[in-house]
Amino acid sequence: MEKLNPTARRDLFGSKINRDHSPALVYGVPWLSIVLASLVPMLPVIAPAPVVPPLAFMFLLAWRLLRPGLLPLWAGFPLGLIDDLLSGQPLGSSILLFSLTLIALDLFELRFPWRGFWQDWIVAAVLITLFLLLSAVFSAARLDLLHFWLLAPQLLLSLVLFPIIVGVVVILDRMRLLRVRRID
Amino acid sequence: MASPAAQRSGTNRRAQFGVFAGYLLASAGAAIGALLLIVSLLRPEAFAGLRTMASDVTASVGEAGAAGRVGTSNFFDAIAGYYEAGSKNAQMKEEIAIARVKLAEARALEQENEQLKAVLGLAQDERKPVAIARLIGSTSVSARRFAYLSAGRDDGVKVGMPVTSPMGLVGRVLEVGRTSSRVLLLTDSESIVPVRRATDNVVAFAEGRADGSLRLRLLTLGVNPLEIGDVFVTSGSGGMFRPGIAVAMVTELNDDGGIARLLSNPAATDVVLVEPVWQPEAVAMLERPPSGPTEQGIEEVAAALPEPPVSPPPPPVAPSGAAAPDE
Repeated sequence: MEKLNPTARRDLFGSKINRDHSPALVYGVPWLSIVLASLVPMLPVIAPAPVVPPLAFMFLLAWRLLRPGLLPLWAGFPLGLIDDLLSGQPLGSSILLFSLTLIALDLFELRFPWRGFWQDWIVAAVLITLFLLLSAVFSAARLDLLHFWLLAPQLLLSLVLFPIIVGVVVILDRMRLLRVRRID
Repeated sequence: MASPAAQRSGTNRRAQFGVFAGYLLASAGAAIGALLLIVSLLRPEAFAGLRTMASDVTASVGEAGAAGRVGTSNFFDAIAGYYEAGSKNAQMKEEIAIARVKLAEARALEQENEQLKAVLGLAQDERKPVAIARLIGSTSVSARRFAYLSAGRDDGVKVGMPVTSPMGLVGRVLEVGRTSSRVLLLTDSESIVPVRRATDNVVAFAEGRADGSLRLRLLTLGVNPLEIGDVFVTSGSGGMFRPGIAVAMVTELNDDGGIARLLSNPAATDVVLVEPVWQPEAVAMLERPPSGPTEQGIEEVAAALPEPPVSPPPPPVAPSGAAAPDE
């Protein structure tokens, strides 16, 4: 038996003997990570200006770009609703933007099925910029020029953070596929 | 990476239908989102129940973290605030800052006292805070400036109540849940507070600005009397905030007022007080739709107002011939 390939009985996700992926993890981890990212307003940070990147939206983008087809096209409604309830935006703002983003990414993918890191980052950058601008417009705050200047640090931080979020999603993706279910 | 093969429908009718249904559901979701957005823009209080339910559920998570937040001003400072180093220094700085604010408040009180002494028969009641709570978190992603408070309806908190810290005014309660509530911070662009200079009666409106400072708009025209370093306190007009709570210090001057820095930085605030509305009758009267006074409205307001102080009867007009006894 020792002559056999040592990886024959194990792979990246654990033992292949008597173990299989758990459906709850496979489909639940993306949803859970995005919902947890929506809870950012409950962090003990009282911000004087918008500074924290829109983490829920960035996790949604990262999952959708990395694993197309894992989140259904209608996922924008429930995820946006949860985000809206705590983010301070008027209810409906994230529902609309999340749904439109998922549709846009689906159409984008028909055109460019094979993409690299830079293409993904550029797409994410464009979408995050639009998301922040439209969120500010929808926020019912009285907007002036100062407001849009203040978006710049938040936007830059978001763009720089996106590859890191993708890294986190990659780790979560491996966790998602761990073979934890016992087959009887 | 490319889509999994299952996503491409090809000539498979079933798969084609699935893709079509996906688009249909997603478009419906977007349409519902747009409708909800329009409704909540027209009536901001529309979904308050849903929101407070969500904050009630998640508040317990936030509360644990809020206990650790001390003496910080922004996101990065908030992280640094968890380390013990320099905490003594920060504590002393905070004490000095509080002392400065207290001094300004005391001056304002002194002046107010003089005014009050002139008006006799005015009972000064001791006001107790409704609740003592922590600020759990804030909407740090959105352009709006709301904070979450760890006290709600169960603690007696009601919509409109002022939220203060030892350093000054923080904001007012906007939506109330069972165990948590949402506070409109002073720096939100929709927040307007009537203020006056602590040393005299220069009145102004303090409006929130996007960058966390306040814009002071003077009500009087003419030469701008403000100076950098002036402290502004609440004036009590409008009836919501009691007079004399410290609000802001002027840091910049412009044509019709100035830019002021918030005295009670909410990020550095650990525990806050929820105070009762100063004059609920006046607030109720202001919230009445502006359709002009009605019979019923006048009666309601008259019923809500406290009994007017019995004014002493006018001194009898002495006949010109009779001399006063002490003359």
